[in-house]
Amino acid sequence: MLSYIIRRIIQAIPTLFGVTLVTFIVFNVVGGDPVYQMVGKGAGQKEIDALRRELGLDRPLYQQYFFYLKQITTFDFGRSYATKQKISQMIKEGMGPSLSLAVPAFFFGSILGIIISLLVALYRGKLFDRLTVVLSVAGMSVSVLAYIIAGQYYLAYMSGLFPISGWEPGLRGVPFLVLPGLIWVIVSLGSDVRFFRTVMLDEINQDYVRTAYAKGLGKYRVLFRHVLKNAMIPIITRLVIAIPFLYTGSLLLENFFSIPGLGSMSINAINSSDFPVIKAITFIGALLYVGGNIVTDICYALADPRVRLK
Amino acid sequence: MLLTVKNLKKYFPQKSGLFSKPALPIKAVDDCSFTLEKNEVLGLVGESGCGKSTAGRCILRLTEPTAGSIHFDNRDLLALSSGELKDIRKTMQIIFQDPLSSLNPRMTVGGIIEEPLIVHHRGSPIERKEAVAALLDKVGLPQSALNRYPHEFSGGQCQRIGIARALALKPQLIIADEPVSALDVSIQAQIINLMIALKEELSLSYLFISHDLSVVKHISDRIAVMYLGKIVEIGPAQQICLDPLHPYTKALISVIPEPSLHRSQKKTILQGDIPSPARPPSGCAFHTRCPVAKEECKKREPILEEKRSGRSVSCLYVNKKV
Repeated sequence: MLSYIIRRIIQAIPTLFGVTLVTFIVFNVVGGDPVYQMVGKGAGQKEIDALRRELGLDRPLYQQYFFYLKQITTFDFGRSYATKQKISQMIKEGMGPSLSLAVPAFFFGSILGIIISLLVALYRGKLFDRLTVVLSVAGMSVSVLAYIIAGQYYLAYMSGLFPISGWEPGLRGVPFLVLPGLIWVIVSLGSDVRFFRTVMLDEINQDYVRTAYAKGLGKYRVLFRHVLKNAMIPIITRLVIAIPFLYTGSLLLENFFSIPGLGSMSINAINSSDFPVIKAITFIGALLYVGGNIVTDICYALADPRVRLK
Repeated sequence: MLLTVKNLKKYFPQKSGLFSKPALPIKAVDDCSFTLEKNEVLGLVGESGCGKSTAGRCILRLTEPTAGSIHFDNRDLLALSSGELKDIRKTMQIIFQDPLSSLNPRMTVGGIIEEPLIVHHRGSPIERKEAVAALLDKVGLPQSALNRYPHEFSGGQCQRIGIARALALKPQLIIADEPVSALDVSIQAQIINLMIALKEELSLSYLFISHDLSVVKHISDRIAVMYLGKIVEIGPAQQICLDPLHPYTKALISVIPEPSLHRSQKKTILQGDIPSPARPPSGCAFHTRCPVAKEECKKREPILEEKRSGRSVSCLYVNKKV
């Protein structure tokens, strides 16, 4: 097991190397010149050259790339072009708001999705099942924007149940998170339930389930002890793959609800061609994604005795 | 009488399309009656799809029968509430066809065998562990199997686990639904011999479902032959095999491979396919494939009646000699 993990980590290095190469090429080679945007109109060539030298953009590309690699390996991503803040500091500050929205919403959404899909699988073909499928498809078909606008207008502005938008640190921030969290759950529930339902139906028709009924087990014991355990592999895959995306939060939700998380930060950085920030966020995302894949494989081995990691 | 099945019917409704005529139901089991005595083995044979497995599952109410009555130990199984049903499942168990897939891949062998004891509240944890160990012993598996998982075992060993699981609650009746069809021949013999030994030791009764007459012949006291959801012949195993009366039984017996130098019988190979159980042929359901069918067979449906003492046949042209 340990040797497997070490080998997987070593295998991940070329992947991450590829990611750095692509992001570097996209931003530094074909991405246009950020200097023009920074200095504004009417700046002289002297100013432009000075800024370029300051940012290290006058050096040959390979040197710039090695500098970027050095930044990545030391987790010191330099400073933002736009705000001049240290990027590592910005990420540290943005992570809190992002995670406090994403983690509870993801957690409740997933649990709810699993429970609904188990019940739906049990009552397959009945009214409850069909209704849930129809609602899921309807929920998936409506854009997030519609939920955001309707939520902010009816639930926040008209009835005043929630603040419209905003953010405060600590426990005082909780009211601000309820509405975006709710929208997150609703948006993810549709596709989650559809996916989990298929997984559960696959299992519920297996021979060992019939054996369990023949033993004289009740349907809830069959459902939770037998079906759910066996359905765990595809469920784990889907959930763990989603985890890396939690750190960037939801771009749209954070933006619309003025939550100062990494999602808002990414959008601002893209708007102002703040390349170092985008590169940092992209790289950390890739790192978490690769890590998440390794964690998924380890979870397989823990969840299923037939899986041996070699 | 341990088990009395009367006029058992199981029709599976078929979905009809939006614009098509309403679909006819599949008559998987159509009016079957038979009995099983204590410590007896009744073999139920027939081609694939003739309804033998469905009949077995109906008895355990793993599928709900459409009509008929099933009495087990003088209790009407179809009138039981779900609580009583759970209770009676202690006394009736089933062994499935596919040994590996009918075991939960996430549970250890010990867990699989112990679970029936847990849900039926039998014994303390220590007593249960002892019971599981004794069961492993009984079916010829090593104690080291306890903490291992089903996929680590061969097909024959898995079927032993399935048998141990079925025996855990000390049942009176075991429905063996093609228990050896998925195993190769030498393992088949081991499992059949194990089942015979267990039957003697624990005075069990079996309803032994199989498509393989040579296996059924070996283990059964009586044999019932099914065709298209109906029993066409039922009687003592010896007599059915030596002197089959129904043309369908004759055809089945004639194609049992015999390890002998002199072919004693001519093989009767049935022509054509089994008709659809949604639209069984008129008259005798077998007339489309019967080598001796006459005009009359298309019109009149034979009934299963006693033609020799202890032997019932459903054929218009088998004379009564009781």
